[in-house]
Amino acid sequence: MALLQISEPGLSTLPHQHRLAVGIDLGTTNSLVATVRNGISVVLNDEQGRLLLPSVVRYLEDGSVQVGESAQAAQNLDPSNTIVSAKRFMGRGLKDIGDVSGSPYRFVDIPSTGSGQAPGMVQLRTVAGVKSPVEVSAEILKQLRARAEASLGGELVGAVITVPAYFDDAQRQATKDAARLAGINVLRLLNEPTAAAIAYGLDNASEGVYAVYDLGGGTFDISILRLSRGVFEVLAANGDSALGGDDFDHRIYCWLLAQNELPPLNPHDTRLLLTRARAAKEELTEHAETRITAVLSGGEIIDNLLTQQVFHEMTRNLVSRTLQPLRRALRDAQLTVEEVKGVVMVGGATRMPQVQRAVAEFFGQTPLTNLDPDKVVALGAAIQANVLAGNRSGDDWLLLDVLPLSLGIEIMGGLTEKIVPRNSTIPTARAQEFTTYKDGQTAMSVHVVQGERELVADCRSLARFELRGIPPMVAGAARIRVTYQVDADGLLSVSAREMSRGVEAHITVKPSYGLSDEEVTRMLAESNAHAADDMRARALREQQVEARQLLEAVQNALDEDGTALLAPDERAAIQDGMAALGAVLPGSDLPAIKRAVSKLNELTVAFAQRRMDNNVARALGGKKLSDLEM
Amino acid sequence: MSVSLTESAAKHVQNFITKRGKGVGLRLGVKTSGCSGMAYKLEFADEVASDDLTFESHGVTLLVDPKSLPYINGMELDYTREGLNEGFKFNNPNVKDQCGCGESFKV
Repeated sequence: MALLQISEPGLSTLPHQHRLAVGIDLGTTNSLVATVRNGISVVLNDEQGRLLLPSVVRYLEDGSVQVGESAQAAQNLDPSNTIVSAKRFMGRGLKDIGDVSGSPYRFVDIPSTGSGQAPGMVQLRTVAGVKSPVEVSAEILKQLRARAEASLGGELVGAVITVPAYFDDAQRQATKDAARLAGINVLRLLNEPTAAAIAYGLDNASEGVYAVYDLGGGTFDISILRLSRGVFEVLAANGDSALGGDDFDHRIYCWLLAQNELPPLNPHDTRLLLTRARAAKEELTEHAETRITAVLSGGEIIDNLLTQQVFHEMTRNLVSRTLQPLRRALRDAQLTVEEVKGVVMVGGATRMPQVQRAVAEFFGQTPLTNLDPDKVVALGAAIQANVLAGNRSGDDWLLLDVLPLSLGIEIMGGLTEKIVPRNSTIPTARAQEFTTYKDGQTAMSVHVVQGERELVADCRSLARFELRGIPPMVAGAARIRVTYQVDADGLLSVSAREMSRGVEAHITVKPSYGLSDEEVTRMLAESNAHAADDMRARALREQQVEARQLLEAVQNALDEDGTALLAPDERAAIQDGMAALGAVLPGSDLPAIKRAVSKLNELTVAFAQRRMDNNVARALGGKKLSDLEM
Repeated sequence: MSVSLTESAAKHVQNFITKRGKGVGLRLGVKTSGCSGMAYKLEFADEVASDDLTFESHGVTLLVDPKSLPYINGMELDYTREGLNEGFKFNNPNVKDQCGCGESFKV
């Protein structure tokens, strides 16, 4: 018979209606699935009792797929068909990934589908055909789903999946797509640092600023969160995408080579020594020294004693490399170390005592380490999933997430108008009205951008669409309402609606690729560093837009009434003024443009007066006074 | 009239209540629903209702409402593992028939 779990008071489920929900930590190196059982969040293991599923997928010629340990074992044998760290490629174009010359994969670039369109997500050619990172991730998720359903004895109603705080829309959408492909209903995407904070129950703690220090297998992330009214805001995110526990293994490996004066090793011996190095690292967390022994394929015998002290010495600069992003994150958040109320440790590499000591020294307080740092993100995700699935009376518990970067629209002059500011709690919807720039304008191009900078060129383009069928009106008369709606997963849909006739156009932003984490942190830092430049740039662009509008209006007036109302010398003076403005317009000398604009305005005052009189006379001509008084 | 826990079930319940941080005991009962008529209720209890019947078993307080008791009288609650799944199992002497899944039953 089915096995039952204890429910919260009054929340017993009906037979066959268990609301089974899980939290999934879809990691770069390892993935986990957790659930709340009998009121406690637990990580689910596989048949062999293993908790971590290596995020490795191998495609075989017969079309079958290996996931996890078995795929990892084949990594050296079959490198080009064994995909590790697919998370790094999620929602990314080939250009975003950077140098791929050292990579064993056969990348397939998906070029842009048209001008102004972003290129597609990179794909990988395998023996079983071309696979996208979404498909690779879906294989990992399928495995976790099967594990969860076997452990819970039923179908899942849904899952909360965690993503790094810096993931942009493209990467979040790719993660959601992978879940859908794996047959998982996504209850919500949750930021990893937020999940870790939830696992520690910080959402029930007093309000304040918390730091989440996440040193994983191959990546380092630091997030500064602020909890206020049950909402976690990501104040700053920083990190190093090429620093992790593996680098510590590598230091020991290099030390072994040096100690034994070994030549470069074959792949088998390399793997063997790296495995021994990793075991030694783990041993040194608990013990003062460890003995490393191995027999290489050439018969050489390795037997070395490694002490904690030597290990700490050789990895000192790795540890201090994590402190630099920490300082940057605090600076971005404009906070001092003293303002941080608690520090959460995430990632297996934070078990190392030298890492814990360095972090404690930096913050002047003992970090939270009592939960298993490998599990903490999955545990937090499971708690959130349990609430969203309706298994807990949730009135005491409403957790919102925030938008990592502002969403805006391009306006005339290549400027960004922010519609949803960064750190807005989501879900959210914001609307703003825009108007036409030219007389008789019947279409409007909506360009959706993400970023903090004032100029569109410095932000990331997410999507572009056109609203057509605007009734012809004079410039500035049309009212076009643009609505940005961000759902609970941070995904954006944009609609534009012409208010008088009701024509509408909309788009769901599923950008084909997005920003890398370095780019996000860089963009955030730049927005602060360039605030003054941006302000000047904005003023210049605004003046240029105004000047162009003026030139166009004067030209139209000249075409219509120039011959009738102006003496040849007056006309020449105005044309000189136009030429003078035209000459300075493309430059960046703001005062010169301003002067030329006011000069042209002066020159055209008399002309404008005459045109007005002329128009009035024309309108009044042949009408009786009584008609006009109507 | 009584209900009880196996020693293994009692250990798990105590552990869950400790980790949960609150709770006076475990509430057992039945609900009229399910494909075979009745379904079990298994919940943490934060307070004792005035008409609750209470039983002690291996140090755990069990609460049963008087209407449910006849259906589960003499029942023993066990904690078992089946493959990857683990959880509580009702060994109920009153059951005459149960649906294939065992989640609901007839007396």
